[in-house]
Amino acid sequence: MSHIADRIISDVGLESGVASLTPEKIEAVVTRVLKGETGAKLKVYKETCMRCGLCSQGCHFYMSHDQDPSYSPVSKATETMYELIDKKGKVSPERIYQMAQIAFTECNLCKRCAHYCPVGIDIAYVMITVRRICYLLDVVPQYIRDTAHSHSSTMNQMWVKDDEWIDSLQWQEDEARDEFPGLRIPLDKEGADVYYSVIGPEPKFRTQLIYQAAAIMNAAGIDWTMPSHPGWDNSDMCMYVGDWENMGRIKRAHYESAMKLRCKRIVMGECGHAFRSIYDMGNRWLGYKEMPIPVIHAIQFYWELIQDGKIKITHKYEKPVTIQDPCNIIRGRGLMDKLRDVVHFLCDEVVEMTPNREHNYCCCAGGGVINCGPPFKNTRMTGNRVKAEQLKNTGVKDIVIPCHNCHGGIEDIIGYYDLGMHGHFIGDIIYELMEKPEV
Amino acid sequence: MGKISSWDWETGQKTVVDSLSPLEGHGWQEEPYVSPDGETVAAIVQVGEGEFSIRTNNTVWENTFEKIWYPRFSPDGRLTAICQQDMEWVLAVDGEPLGETTDYIWDTMFSEDGSAISTMYKSMERYGMCLNGEPWEELYENVTTPALSKDGVHTAGVAQVESMGAADLDAFKRGVYTVVIDGKPWTTRFLNAWGPSFNDAGDKVAVQARVTVYENTIAVNDKPWAQTFNQVWEPTFSPIDDSVAAPVRQSGKWGVARDGALIWEPRYQQCLELTHSRDGKKLWAIVSPEYGLFTAACDNAPWEQTFPTVTDLVVSPDGMRAGVLASTYSTDFHIVVDGTPWPDTYDMVWPVVFSEDSKNVAAMVEKNGKRRILVNGKPFERDFDQAWPPVFSEDGTKVLIRAIENNSYVRIVAEVAQF
Repeated sequence: MSHIADRIISDVGLESGVASLTPEKIEAVVTRVLKGETGAKLKVYKETCMRCGLCSQGCHFYMSHDQDPSYSPVSKATETMYELIDKKGKVSPERIYQMAQIAFTECNLCKRCAHYCPVGIDIAYVMITVRRICYLLDVVPQYIRDTAHSHSSTMNQMWVKDDEWIDSLQWQEDEARDEFPGLRIPLDKEGADVYYSVIGPEPKFRTQLIYQAAAIMNAAGIDWTMPSHPGWDNSDMCMYVGDWENMGRIKRAHYESAMKLRCKRIVMGECGHAFRSIYDMGNRWLGYKEMPIPVIHAIQFYWELIQDGKIKITHKYEKPVTIQDPCNIIRGRGLMDKLRDVVHFLCDEVVEMTPNREHNYCCCAGGGVINCGPPFKNTRMTGNRVKAEQLKNTGVKDIVIPCHNCHGGIEDIIGYYDLGMHGHFIGDIIYELMEKPEV
Repeated sequence: MGKISSWDWETGQKTVVDSLSPLEGHGWQEEPYVSPDGETVAAIVQVGEGEFSIRTNNTVWENTFEKIWYPRFSPDGRLTAICQQDMEWVLAVDGEPLGETTDYIWDTMFSEDGSAISTMYKSMERYGMCLNGEPWEELYENVTTPALSKDGVHTAGVAQVESMGAADLDAFKRGVYTVVIDGKPWTTRFLNAWGPSFNDAGDKVAVQARVTVYENTIAVNDKPWAQTFNQVWEPTFSPIDDSVAAPVRQSGKWGVARDGALIWEPRYQQCLELTHSRDGKKLWAIVSPEYGLFTAACDNAPWEQTFPTVTDLVVSPDGMRAGVLASTYSTDFHIVVDGTPWPDTYDMVWPVVFSEDSKNVAAMVEKNGKRRILVNGKPFERDFDQAWPPVFSEDGTKVLIRAIENNSYVRIVAEVAQF
């Protein structure tokens, strides 16, 4: 059995944060969070956990490291939160570094383990609370911390300036008009049925997704809009660093951006964690039990378009595909059937991964782990050998991946394990298959 | 145009544009906008391949552009739009450029009377604001959350005044942001600053400021409050004495602080849209007295009835009344005035409008795809295909309805008694 102390990785954010810690500060912050920000749920989790280890096989890190108990969810909780509780925060700065590395980079908050726990302990909640403590101790990996700074400064995760956002939309509109004459990306259209929201990387380096979304909206005849003001980015790395205060701020900006335009609902692009922020974390910090405006994921939207006959395809995707079930929209929101309905509508042959649906393995990028940047890439690669095996066993080359983080994570795994596979967003496939005007 | 009293308030209906179908030769026509007085309807039109203009009623701007967006009427009735020509951008006002072209402009704002117009401004990768066509003398690496004073004399935004390397956590924690007014920066640096706002006279600015990684407060005229909070929302100046109040979060609950001192002890799950009455004697807000339930509060006294979602607080001119939009997560909307929902629910609602004497309240709602104008909860005699929020005459006895029906744009002046 390995130990976290044996695999410490150098990171500027973690090192500089720990350098300024004192035992008194650690104790004060831990006490403040345990007494002021947690309650019966955490206490019940700790007291009912039997240390039975049944959660172990739920974790891709554990499975990928030859069942090393150090990577078991119960071990991660024991090595972090349970120790903080037992020792009442009296732990060393070095120990905080280890806890931060576990919480930020060796747990994707994917909640798969919760399905294996006989008493239903949500280890992801335990680990994100550890992240909250680390954030308040200023011990956060550099790259994800910078992303959170971008969120609080620009209301988007990629330091996209206000004009760059608008310019990207206008550029994509221009490009798309060559193929779809008269196509519009309507900006700030008050009262539109659909407010379409994306994540920061789309205007930055995945602009083709905006192009494709515009093409689909145009073909389906949707009354839609995108905002010209900040609030357009639905993503949320503040949530994953434990900065609840700015999670609330950016989520408020997002909801209000759509509500002030009097749009009926928000349709989100193919992202998983942003959906979690919207339906689970950000809304509740703001005091809403549900989302203050209806928000649906792209999968639900595509399903509607198919049901209503608004998407017309010229033929089905002929090569066999497999399906990645993203944690936050499948385990978190139960969209496994709709995802399959959509993919089966579009594709001739679907080869399921095993396991799948709510038992699918995480991509190992989610939960902000990929956002922790290059220092931890190898952690993700070695920590998800099981995903590589799962993908390889399908025998297909094409993967339908309706989540940005899953895309990043799986593309990395494909390269690392030389799988020769390729990921597609559903929007990629719809765009490829849809009827297009002859120009 | 100008003051509301100078508009045509003769009771009756006028068809301003008989047919809103695209004019001959136009490739397409975008969504319509109407002037405050209801005399003009405008839309961006494609007049040729890669060539755009704006239709106003049945005429078209003489100038054409490669691209046009953000058409907006100023309060004094001038039509502005952001236009591109030869890959450069400029604000066009009634078809004529205002100032020189530049790399990019956006976010048009107007002074209260419409005489002053500002935009955000970018030139050579440097950012600032532009007032009546004149850019700030000093530009910055970035500027966000712009503001224009009510009198249109001053502009403000949050600027990045120091460069940061990629993922430079230390620089961020030192603070590289400050407030810039008319192009001149404050001396205090913040980790973040959001949403500067002016007092009525335009000579003071308050802003939400993140002063350490974990502490937020309000800064007024370059001076942060001594007290800090877990989070803060938008500050508001008192019209009486220029004191500043803001929602503040402490120990997980929201209250209100004035000049740093708590005046509403934190007890709410949320506190939004803090608003002084016009005379400064009342302080209103949207609050959540219980998790998941929202309502309006006046001077820390919440209305009895609560709703899952409440937005768009509007306080009456006398400060004694208020209206909000309430819903079940943006479905089944209610208009709620003085704590009581009007009858019926709607698919969409717009903020209420009070008459100047505060006696009457009007609103626009949407149901089954039709727009409806309500006064004191009672509907106008018919619904419309499209409409814009109603406007009261200065004496509060009449309502201006701007609407589209049967592909015509109509302007209706109705007596309040007709509702």
